[in-house]
Amino acid sequence: MTDKKTLFIDGKEVEFTDEPNLLEVIRKAGMNVPTFCYRPDLTSFGACRMCVVEVEGRGIQSSCTMPPEAGLKIHLNTEKTRRIRKTVLELLLANHDRSCLTCEKSGDCELQKYAEEYGITKIRYAEKEDYLPIDDSSPSIVRDPNKCILCGACVRACSEFQGHSVLGFANRGSKTVVEPMNGRPLGQVDCVNCGQCVAVCPTGALTIKSSLDDVWARITNPEVKVIAHMAPSVRVALGEMFGLEPGENTIGKIDAALRRIGFDMVFDTNFGADLTIMEEATEFVERLKSGQNLPLFTSCCPAWVKYLEMMHPDMLNHLSSCKSPMSMQSPVLVDLIPKMLGIQRENLTVVAIMPCTAKKYEALRPELSQNGRQDTDFVLTTKELGKMIKSAGIDFNSLEPEAPDSPFGEYTGAGTIFGASGGVAEAAVRTAYEFATGEVLQNVDIKEMRGTTNRCKDVEIDIKGTKVVVRVVSTLKEAEKSIKEIKEGKAQFQMLEVMACPGGCINGGGQPASFNDSKIKQERAEGLYKEDEQLPIRKSHMNPSVQKLYQEFLEHPNSHKAHEILHTVYTDRFAGSYKDIK
Amino acid sequence: MTIDTTRRISTTKLDEILQSYDYKKSNLIAILQKVQEEYRYLPEEALIYIGTKIEGLSPATVFGVATFYAQFSLEPKGKFEIKVCDGTACHVRGSMPVLNAIRNKLNIKEGQLTSENGLFSLETVSCLGACGLAPVVVINGKVYPQMTSDAISIVLDTLLKEEE
Repeated sequence: MTDKKTLFIDGKEVEFTDEPNLLEVIRKAGMNVPTFCYRPDLTSFGACRMCVVEVEGRGIQSSCTMPPEAGLKIHLNTEKTRRIRKTVLELLLANHDRSCLTCEKSGDCELQKYAEEYGITKIRYAEKEDYLPIDDSSPSIVRDPNKCILCGACVRACSEFQGHSVLGFANRGSKTVVEPMNGRPLGQVDCVNCGQCVAVCPTGALTIKSSLDDVWARITNPEVKVIAHMAPSVRVALGEMFGLEPGENTIGKIDAALRRIGFDMVFDTNFGADLTIMEEATEFVERLKSGQNLPLFTSCCPAWVKYLEMMHPDMLNHLSSCKSPMSMQSPVLVDLIPKMLGIQRENLTVVAIMPCTAKKYEALRPELSQNGRQDTDFVLTTKELGKMIKSAGIDFNSLEPEAPDSPFGEYTGAGTIFGASGGVAEAAVRTAYEFATGEVLQNVDIKEMRGTTNRCKDVEIDIKGTKVVVRVVSTLKEAEKSIKEIKEGKAQFQMLEVMACPGGCINGGGQPASFNDSKIKQERAEGLYKEDEQLPIRKSHMNPSVQKLYQEFLEHPNSHKAHEILHTVYTDRFAGSYKDIK
Repeated sequence: MTIDTTRRISTTKLDEILQSYDYKKSNLIAILQKVQEEYRYLPEEALIYIGTKIEGLSPATVFGVATFYAQFSLEPKGKFEIKVCDGTACHVRGSMPVLNAIRNKLNIKEGQLTSENGLFSLETVSCLGACGLAPVVVINGKVYPQMTSDAISIVLDTLLKEEE
């Protein structure tokens, strides 16, 4: 135990332990100061100067970069600090795009929020004249440099989470911008579409590319049947947009809301996740037997798949050939729903609701299309769904929970934990154990694989005498380290689960903002593990609807039919790219 | 003669430079200086290549460094790099007439870096630290002190003659 250390915030004695900076101490004490650039999961940058406090004897300090010391006397709201914050806001607004009303981020923008809180009712400076073009070349992200305040959160997210630095600062002084290499369009560089830059952006400079208008157009068209399926992470985060606690499972309400909006049928991507496990566990058991292409890499995360294709095309043989749950569920629906409803494929629209911006990219992959039409017509993020529910005038909190449609709405606990880092591996082990041994796995909880803070975990599993090590990583920066180990021949694991977003899909780029509180990730993950525990069936291969689908349609895991519908191929995306310089 | 913009970078040459600096991230500025020495500017392809080859860097980061420092140029420079000092001392002692004289003589417009024939590039710099010699012009590292429009004209004539 460390000795009790205290400091004084506005005269109140506050205890602190190992907080890295004053801002964390302030927040822990139940107070707050504004900030644009501080993100607890990223390094402190001290760029925006909004979090300034007055420290007795030390003058004005930015609280996000100053370490706490015992006995400090700090004041949050002095004449000086408030004046500084107001000036910062005014100067930021001086060359900020002023079209707030039509901004995608309106109502959810930190700059707008603080300008309002600090009573900035007039901007003393003339509006800027030179507007830079908006970059909407990426299928996932829209970049509007005119709304950038140069806080550098996106630059740090790209580099510290993904080790990738697609976005960087360019130029100097008043000409500074954040952009991809030499101002190239985001859609033409090696961005993996994870959306973590969007998730940490305080303004409308980086936003999710919306598909809402397209989806509404289909819903309001009486000729078209619109069906939806939803990823696990959506249910434990959407409630936050309606004032509910992070991690609160609102699946029943979401199903009800989707039907009110006008979706004709509502399914669950967890069913697709169960399918993924059927195929991937079989693939894993086979690779373990043959000893080939080990370690097996999971392939659920589209950002990770794209990363591997771009950075390590020589390692694609390790990647599971299984499609992601979304891309398994959609073609099954496309194959079977038109027959069930007696309609043509043209009159069916499949919408996937995902916590992820990279899924928008995945849906466009040509190998996930049939006859020139995408299996997943549109991907909506959790945030977009929240907007949709609001604009439909639905009182989300008072909705009576409803059940999803059958048969592609049933799922097991194994499917639901896909949303948290470690979940795919845990679900795969539950099934692979039984496939390999033919015996029942008694204890399905593999708690060592769980947790959102440790981004790299090795877990040893005993499959009846055979020791198998499963590595679980989140963020591509961690994945890169594991790849290095494999290339150097040091790798001691047989399976590698990778999720590009820190903590897994529950912290995806399409989720409601959670950048100010590292605990939200954990709460969402716990929401999923709680659902897993409460579900009667917790192993994917025990899902009766999945079993029925195999009996009637897919034959058995890894069958010819299963390969046709549930497996995919990968492409070398380095060759011929802008980085391929000979 | 026109500027040779088609000149391809040589990855062998770049690897040689990178090798001599151990492919280390902390040597980036020195690497960029060497590359600029080789090509007289920093070709985009070279920046991408460096950003791809050095661990912990990316093309966007390398581009950020290259655009931050005034010493780096992303446009081809001329065979003769002319730097006219426009620091306070040089400015008050008449660096602007000298600059204009160079512009007129070499037909380099404002905002243009390199002359059409690719022979000369022209920039102003903020201070060369030789205020006692103001106004100062530096051509390819050689310092020409106490310049006037007439004096610089003679200097340029000599250079042009050598080139013929």
